[in-house]
Amino acid sequence: MADRNIALLPEGWEAVLGLEVHAELLTETKLFSASPNRFGGDPNTHIDPVSLGLPGTLPVVNRHAVELAIRVGLSLNCDVRPSTFARKNYFYPDMPKNYQISQYEDPINADGFLELPSGKRIGIVRAHLEEDTGKSTHVGGGGRIHEAGFSLIDYNRAGVPLIEIVSAPDLRSSDEAKEYVAELRAILVTIGATDGKMEEGSLRVDANISVRRVGDELGVRCEVKNVNSLRSLGRAIDYEARRQVKLLEEGGAVTQETRHWNEDEGKTHSLRSKEGETDYRYFLEPDLVPLVPDERWIEEIRGALPTLPAERRRRLASARETASTKGEMYGEADLSAIATIVARDQDELALGAISAGADTQLVFKHILNNLAEGTGKLDISAFAELLTAEAAGNISASQAKTILADLVANGGDAAAAMEARASDTTDAGELETLLEELIAQHSDEWQRFCEGEQKLQGFFVGQIMKATKGRADGQATAKLLAQRMM
Amino acid sequence: MNALNKPAIELAAAIRSGEISAVSAVEARLSEIATRDAEIAAFVQVLNEEALAAATSVDDRVATGEDPGPLAGVPIALKDNLCTRGIPTTCCSRILEGWKPPYEATVVSRLRNAGAVVVGKTNLDEFAMGSSTENSAFGTTRNPHDLSCVPGGSSGGSAAAVAAGFTPLALGSDTGGSIRQPAALCGVVGVKPTYGRVSRYGLIAFASSLDQIGPFATSVADAATLLEVIGGHDPADSTSIPEAMPSLSECLGRGVEGMRIGLVAELCDGVSSDVARRVSEASEALAGGGATVEEVSVPASRFGLSAYYLIAPAEASSNLARYDGVRYGMRTESSNAVEMNIATRTAGFGEEVKRRIMLGTFALSAGYYDAYYGKALKVRTLIIEDFNRAYEHFDALIAPTSPTTAFEIGSRTDDPLEMYLSDVCTVPSSLAGHPAMSVPFGSGDVNENNICLPVGVQVLAPAMGEETMFRVGAFLESVAVNVAESVAREALTSEALTSRDG
Repeated sequence: MADRNIALLPEGWEAVLGLEVHAELLTETKLFSASPNRFGGDPNTHIDPVSLGLPGTLPVVNRHAVELAIRVGLSLNCDVRPSTFARKNYFYPDMPKNYQISQYEDPINADGFLELPSGKRIGIVRAHLEEDTGKSTHVGGGGRIHEAGFSLIDYNRAGVPLIEIVSAPDLRSSDEAKEYVAELRAILVTIGATDGKMEEGSLRVDANISVRRVGDELGVRCEVKNVNSLRSLGRAIDYEARRQVKLLEEGGAVTQETRHWNEDEGKTHSLRSKEGETDYRYFLEPDLVPLVPDERWIEEIRGALPTLPAERRRRLASARETASTKGEMYGEADLSAIATIVARDQDELALGAISAGADTQLVFKHILNNLAEGTGKLDISAFAELLTAEAAGNISASQAKTILADLVANGGDAAAAMEARASDTTDAGELETLLEELIAQHSDEWQRFCEGEQKLQGFFVGQIMKATKGRADGQATAKLLAQRMM
Repeated sequence: MNALNKPAIELAAAIRSGEISAVSAVEARLSEIATRDAEIAAFVQVLNEEALAAATSVDDRVATGEDPGPLAGVPIALKDNLCTRGIPTTCCSRILEGWKPPYEATVVSRLRNAGAVVVGKTNLDEFAMGSSTENSAFGTTRNPHDLSCVPGGSSGGSAAAVAAGFTPLALGSDTGGSIRQPAALCGVVGVKPTYGRVSRYGLIAFASSLDQIGPFATSVADAATLLEVIGGHDPADSTSIPEAMPSLSECLGRGVEGMRIGLVAELCDGVSSDVARRVSEASEALAGGGATVEEVSVPASRFGLSAYYLIAPAEASSNLARYDGVRYGMRTESSNAVEMNIATRTAGFGEEVKRRIMLGTFALSAGYYDAYYGKALKVRTLIIEDFNRAYEHFDALIAPTSPTTAFEIGSRTDDPLEMYLSDVCTVPSSLAGHPAMSVPFGSGDVNENNICLPVGVQVLAPAMGEETMFRVGAFLESVAVNVAESVAREALTSEALTSRDG
């Protein structure tokens, strides 16, 4: 999977990627004040003197935000450590104090890693707390502050708690980067740290991108901002990596700079060079004291963590392996099936059905193919019972699919659902009548089928399924075709 | 002394017992202010109606048998960098002119809960940056003892209000000496508590790691009562010490018998001879009271001023970034938000504020941070260590509060460095976060206007050492009366000599 995109770069080149992910924490109130942390709302309604930075106000750290940050750190295998807050100074009208309270020298979490579904570990340099800014809309002048006729500012988001998760430059392709973000998002959502909605901006990604000839030292990197979906993250990385390779191959040099991804054009544009970067003049936030979470509290938080996706994948893979009678090896397709099931939160169902004796292949097949829209009212034991009936040949695959849909919609046990559908099953006489009608309508195809064009079997089975709205048993139909042909 | 012009504790007692009405006490003060503040200019805003309404409510509570609190009906003046709900709070800067906070500073709420009556907001150097109150955008306050002299600063308005008898109490804020230095220059008691003793919530920040609110009063006992009311933990200020305020009033009469008191050598360097004389008289008095008094060295305090003038401006450059014309205060319209921001700050801030923003921005800049801000932080640590070493041997320290008595208005405005030197004796304990207070202790040599201006002696104590500090302060106050009498005799003698010569 990871190799596909390297192929997009000329032979001998590789991309080196590190991501900075900002996630809004799911707290009731803001990081340093009591105003609500809520998406949307009329502009400037989720504010108070502190989040507006009114003169004389002071920040007080939100305990729940700290707890969520610790959960993030523990989930990413970080050291959770005593930390300090710092001020990042720069002027922008949507920042109420014209400085952002962030963590700089001593982040709350450091030195962790995230394990991708492929098993590769991506280093986590740090995951620190900081406050979000407001939102500005510059009206006129192409939306740029310097040319705008006027600017509108909404401070509802100002002070919302963020966790900024900085990866090591361990990612090597856009696919791997997307996989990383998807996995990170799954972890953050699982532990209740964020809702992970990229479209609402509650999860935001900046990409540090450089390229090098395989085996060389790290190249000069560019930071690409404004990627608002996984898809645009992939496109932005591919574009930017190719731009840098082209530049280097033509004898040029990459300039360290911040670049803006333009989704419509599919290109990145230079925003500002390193020389033009703001000097943030970081210094310790004197309005806050160091954050030293109690060891016992950290252990309590660790104890209450839900099982994380990587562990859930391991459990499912191990259950699959143990239950498998055929002893087959599982390749990438299987890894991705397991990842999908866990991502859909259907691993409990799979594990339950397998341990209740259902056939592993059938469990995977039905979950992957028939439960993409969710499990509804489906009960684990009913699912296992249904699959056992299918494995025993008591019902056909298509019947199982139909009954599964019933169980999802209505719940109940499998026996009752199978009973209810039994009367629907077409009898042999009905099938024969249908087949005669089909042969009359499609005499050409029937002739070719009889002469050995085997693929037409699918055509006739399909037509019968269509006519019976899926009630016909596929195997019985195939048998009937063979008999009629003779 | 007029019955209505009592010290705060006595006045509150009289009002609580119904002997005097709060309204009459407040009316008397308001009328004094109306008559005499035109020449002193301690106040930038007098709250006649609000004060009378508050006094009426105190009287109502007394009438119904309720206790309005330990400061019942006591008129108090607030430095205009303390937020008062719905009442303009300006920091004496154009950039905040007319701004009305939608909330009350914690100290103001505590004052109201204790029955105190806020009669007005007092003048200060813009954003508390200065040592003379000459940097106010709304005019200069004059020293009540000599109208040609400054009251000190930056809490000059509050110091002058108490010295002039306008209010028995006032609040100021002290970042590098802004309570103690004007207290000394105006001849009143001024206290900077331990950093974190008093909530900063609602104090408009100058330098957050140094700012501390504290009392002005005519007596040590009144200052103690006021600090008891405003001090103690506040969850709205993360740097607030999570402890209740100890009772200070109880330790006032205990004397200094058996105490070990150090005279800080470095802080006596370069002070004028009249100030030095009073400080040595204070040492002798303490020894006479049974204390062991010795000279002590706090070596790093020599670098206090240099470190302070990097750390305080650095924090100020960040704290004052929010005044950008976007959300509140002054706005100078311009072509776009960025230009508006520049135009507003250019027009809204005074010279000294701009100078410190520049200094602080520079000190924090990439490439200069280590050499300036970083080094200043190291000096700060050394100062704390040196003080702590001294406190291993001493219960409290004494020093001059200000190197000189009050100086002429305009005499230091052209030389910022000379102005900064006014803080040399007060800055070290600010950097350490330790408590310190200034107690009036006689007066200096007769000046050009034939006036002997007040001298303040500074009492320093280790962190959380307010009880010790107030004990020493109360003792010095009790012996300073004698000093004042001897001063009066000296003055008479010299006058007699002059007339004989003439």
